Amino acid sequence: MIQPMRVVVWLVEGTWQGCLDAAAQILPSDAQVALLHVTPSDVGEVAEAATAGLLGRAFRVHRPTGHFEEVADEEASEILQAAATRLGRENTELVHRRGRVEREVVRAVAEGVDLLVVARDGDRSRLGPHSLGHATRFIVDHAPCPVLLVWPDEAPGIESIPPPPGHHPPPHGPRRESP
Amino acid sequence: MPSFVSETLAILLLVATLACAVTRPRGWPEAVFAIPAAVLLLVLGVLPLSQAGAEARSLAPTIGFLAAILVLADLSDRYGLFEAAGSWMATGSRGRPVALLALVFVVASVVTAVLGLDATVLLLTPVVLTTVARLRLRAKPHAYACTHLANSASLLLPVSNLTNLLAFRASGLSFTRFGAIMALPWLAAIAVEWGVLRRFFATDLVGRSETEVATPLRIPVFASTVVALTLVGFFVASVLRVNPAFAALGGAVTLAVPALVRRRVKVRDIGLSLDVPFLAFVLTLGLVVKAVSLHGLSSLVVRLVPSGTSLGSLLLVAGIAAVLANLINNLPAVLLLLPAAAAAGPGVVLAVLIGVNAGPNLTYVGSLATLLWRRVLRQRGEELPTSEFLRLGVVTVPPVLLASTVALWVSLRLVG
Repeated sequence: MIQPMRVVVWLVEGTWQGCLDAAAQILPSDAQVALLHVTPSDVGEVAEAATAGLLGRAFRVHRPTGHFEEVADEEASEILQAAATRLGRENTELVHRRGRVEREVVRAVAEGVDLLVVARDGDRSRLGPHSLGHATRFIVDHAPCPVLLVWPDEAPGIESIPPPPGHHPPPHGPRRESP
Repeated sequence: MPSFVSETLAILLLVATLACAVTRPRGWPEAVFAIPAAVLLLVLGVLPLSQAGAEARSLAPTIGFLAAILVLADLSDRYGLFEAAGSWMATGSRGRPVALLALVFVVASVVTAVLGLDATVLLLTPVVLTTVARLRLRAKPHAYACTHLANSASLLLPVSNLTNLLAFRASGLSFTRFGAIMALPWLAAIAVEWGVLRRFFATDLVGRSETEVATPLRIPVFASTVVALTLVGFFVASVLRVNPAFAALGGAVTLAVPALVRRRVKVRDIGLSLDVPFLAFVLTLGLVVKAVSLHGLSSLVVRLVPSGTSLGSLLLVAGIAAVLANLINNLPAVLLLLPAAAAAGPGVVLAVLIGVNAGPNLTYVGSLATLLWRRVLRQRGEELPTSEFLRLGVVTVPPVLLASTVALWVSLRLVG
């Protein structure tokens, strides 16, 4: 018997709906889908780092992250629930992790996963030039399985790529090759 | 005691105090280590009692000013000023991450300038982080904006940073003049931070919040009016040649009284926000640094710090201050550099401030201290911050130093 395809879709704030919609269009209907969200641990570390510079205030320093981690966890479950509803497939697995985002995503697809779906980041009004954030870049480089990189939106046309330096476009559009 | 023995002893005690202040063995407050160090220097005669008395007297008004600002910021928080600012940013951004970042820049710059960097790090940052999380946007650019601006946007007023308060008295400038000269360097620093952060985190500033923004919280009118009037009071006091610390005291008392009467805060809470251990730490660290300066180091610093106000000199001063702040933390750095800088005039003092305020974005605690601090984190089993914060520091700190110092040079020529 052929095992159904096991797919992990990584959802991030800002791009998750588009990523999910693109995945839904492409994935076979019998694919076993896990939706993954990772709450970043380094945001809190940045805030903590700033307090370390405040010499002498140990007495007053509470956790500078406040309720951030609680709130981020709550919102993560909301995103996962909303994503499962949006996808509308049965037996969708919801996975919530916390840590260094790029490491956790790679860990989540370490075994028995046939495909990882991720969305590009960055400016959506044009193609490129740098469309992968730090975490996405790391994941594309390190994932031990095939990675599908999708547009979280309708991709803009190829004319959004600026011409190479020193190149002048022809005055009357592209020239056709004569037969 | 021979001078080099005294000098060595004073330096060793300073390093030990800083090391303990960063690692905080047993979690004790930093003052627990600074007080014995100062006492030891006094008992051994390394720091003569008369010198210690003079230093304490010159630090006392600054420490009083600091205390009033700490209470003012803490009470503003208790009145809900920061929560309301969070809600205002959420509504104002209409869920767009770049707009939100811009509002975080505005609020963090103003809060840092008026209520000091402690207020931004301890009171505003948690609010910003939860606001971004509730909007379901990526929080990292906004977290970095708060921590960076707490340092680089603390150039404007004497109250914006403890380093400024310490330099303020030594500079001989009035509050108004200080602000007038530093306005341009402050704006330059914020503009550079914006340009760099906007590009650095371009890939994270994506999408649009899909969450419904709750009805915005009302800005607490009383608290925000008192803070605004306190700010006006600083300038008025400066014109009337009254110590602006009284304006801060006035603001703190005006917020405290109704809160105490309505039992929204207890006397104990205000006592806690005064943070006596911190004030004691500042005083005793000042004494330890004084002992270090007395025995030869001050003449070395005088030789090291250029005294001119040409652009080249100012850049060199800011650079030296930034390097020193990164080696040992900006608090001892400014205490060490101040006597020489003050002798060279207000322009040089302000260049020192640019270095010690904006410089720490490179390593936060100072590299010596960073090493210790990282060890502590590792022992506690906590994750170390990523190389990202160092990379961001490398691309922001040099241009901020350059832009702000050039702006200072222009300012000194315009405002004089």
